[in-house]
Amino acid sequence: MSSKSTKGIWKVITASSLGTMIEWYDFYIFGSLAVVLSTKFFPTDNPAAAFLSTLATFAAGFVVRPFGALFFGRLGDLIGRKYTFMVTLLIMGGATFLIGCIPSYQTIGFWAPLLVLILRLLQGLALGGEYGGAATYVAEHAPKHQKGYWTSWIQTTATAGLFVSLMVILLTKGILSKEAFEEWGWRVPFWISIFMVIVSYVIRKNMQESPVFAKAKSEGKTSVNPIKESFNNRYNLKFVLLALFGATMGQGVVWYTGQFYAMSFMKTVQNIDSSQVDTLLGISLLIGTPFFVVFGWLSDKVGRKAIMMTGLLLAVFLYRPIYRQMYTLTDAKAMKSGGNPIVIEGSKIVSSPLATVQTEVSKTDRLIRNAKILIVTKSDTLFSSGALFHYTKTDTIYLEKELSYDTRKNATNEIWLKYELKDGSGALVSHKVKLKNNLREGATPAKVDTIQAVFSAQFSAGKTANLSSENRTGARANITVLKNIAGDVKWYLILLVFVQVLFVTMVYGPIAAFLVEMFPVKIRYTSMSLPYHVGNGIFGGLLPAISTYFVTTAKSAGNPEFYLEGLWYPIGIAAVSFIIGMIYIDRKIITLHD
Amino acid sequence: MNRLKKYLGIVWILLAMAVSYYFIGIFGSKLTSGRQEDLVFGIIIFFILLPLIVTGLLIFGWYALTDEYKD
Repeated sequence: MSSKSTKGIWKVITASSLGTMIEWYDFYIFGSLAVVLSTKFFPTDNPAAAFLSTLATFAAGFVVRPFGALFFGRLGDLIGRKYTFMVTLLIMGGATFLIGCIPSYQTIGFWAPLLVLILRLLQGLALGGEYGGAATYVAEHAPKHQKGYWTSWIQTTATAGLFVSLMVILLTKGILSKEAFEEWGWRVPFWISIFMVIVSYVIRKNMQESPVFAKAKSEGKTSVNPIKESFNNRYNLKFVLLALFGATMGQGVVWYTGQFYAMSFMKTVQNIDSSQVDTLLGISLLIGTPFFVVFGWLSDKVGRKAIMMTGLLLAVFLYRPIYRQMYTLTDAKAMKSGGNPIVIEGSKIVSSPLATVQTEVSKTDRLIRNAKILIVTKSDTLFSSGALFHYTKTDTIYLEKELSYDTRKNATNEIWLKYELKDGSGALVSHKVKLKNNLREGATPAKVDTIQAVFSAQFSAGKTANLSSENRTGARANITVLKNIAGDVKWYLILLVFVQVLFVTMVYGPIAAFLVEMFPVKIRYTSMSLPYHVGNGIFGGLLPAISTYFVTTAKSAGNPEFYLEGLWYPIGIAAVSFIIGMIYIDRKIITLHD
Repeated sequence: MNRLKKYLGIVWILLAMAVSYYFIGIFGSKLTSGRQEDLVFGIIIFFILLPLIVTGLLIFGWYALTDEYKD
């Protein structure tokens, strides 16, 4: 290739990749900040808002992606790739910026969660239209036998977007105080998006339409009805189905396992400190990202199928050993018994258990409803390896009665606490404790501080019935362990995540070129976008929820290897995809439409 | 290879049926548990993921059986 044409394609790659990376950033920033968003927009005491929360955080963004693929894919095949993926960029950037501007639930009530849900839907639609456009645009500029290499740059953008989103959040948290971040700082990553989108829009605006599409359009060879031609035509539909079941379905679950499930596993199953997980994952992504280009380039030499199928096969056979090793690395029992050769055995308690009493309501809330009183006991264990585990045990006691104050004459105002303890057989038994009665007429309602003080005094004096130390130990306590990993263990964990990212690069690096080559120019945008977003948005996007369901079910059933059960979903899907891909995908397919 | 492609079509059709039976058995309770998260999860499983897998595999299997993927 001449230096002039190489320069030209680098401009195409830069313009396309930057915009696509920003779209992935926008999409993932929502998921990464889901916990903060839920406190601002989705109060749990409002069932409708809670329903919207579940929809917005769990389903909307992913499920709507195939619809975006159809809608924008059709536009891309009718009016052109360039204009369509510029529209998706603006929609995504606008929606992300506006999420950062929505007043909280306390300010505008039900409108807040509704607006967030609508904007999240727009994000999903935009993403559904963006990827196919960018991949097609780059592929249609790339020389015939180098499509794998050039489109692999687009493939780096999803991981790069996730990486940038993690880094922006870490940076914002680092600059601002914890209070400032929770108050308004969480909006900053959303606002930043608009600047990136403007830059990307200006760059894309000056680009030319795809030469292949422009030629087809000038010759009148574009489709009149791309959706009908793609899915109502037996010849094309069989390739759409083959792309889905033989490639994108497996690729989607490998992608989400290697990055999102690994993150979720470290945070919720291994209980590693959230910021440390972000850092560990960030390092693994940084080391792994160049391999998208390596495998994209290699796919031009040895074929897309060989690399993608190898990635699927490795994932099928190695996921369970990898996750077993990850779990063992931070398993306190294994560390204490010296069962893990990497960790030096031995531990010591570095801080004695300390109990504090706190409430889960704001101190400015004068009328306290449904308040929780938490008895929090904390202790730290330091292992010889340098790993520090923070143990937090939380006993929760609920106020049975609202603290609205009855001002009628001779009215009796009482505060009752309700809590549950396990009896000798392990059954839960409800208890009630009256903390205070006969509050003075005309007095202001009790404040949080008052409740804490009353409860603390009675708790310390042993006056709270049935709350002896022995009983508290047997209560249904929520025990959390927060771990900070150090030394060799940290690097071994990074290696294990990196290996998963490597599988991702094998299946994902060549797939854009694979999909583009499968379909003819006139219906390419539509035909390749749908299997891609069904595979990634539906099969991949639902992975965390389905896998978590398997884990919790196995844990409830007492399965000692409960933490591995969530892997059956990606393993099963990847195995079926591997078999279909191996048998039905033919190398000749890629030459059909060139 | 063409014969293998063709007769595996039966496997994909049977797999579609097995998946629907398995999903109903495993996730069926989600729709009736009364919990908000379960309901959303159940709706997505039964009205999006399951129809996609079952319909897609049935058509794919049928195409394989009728030699659409023949070399």
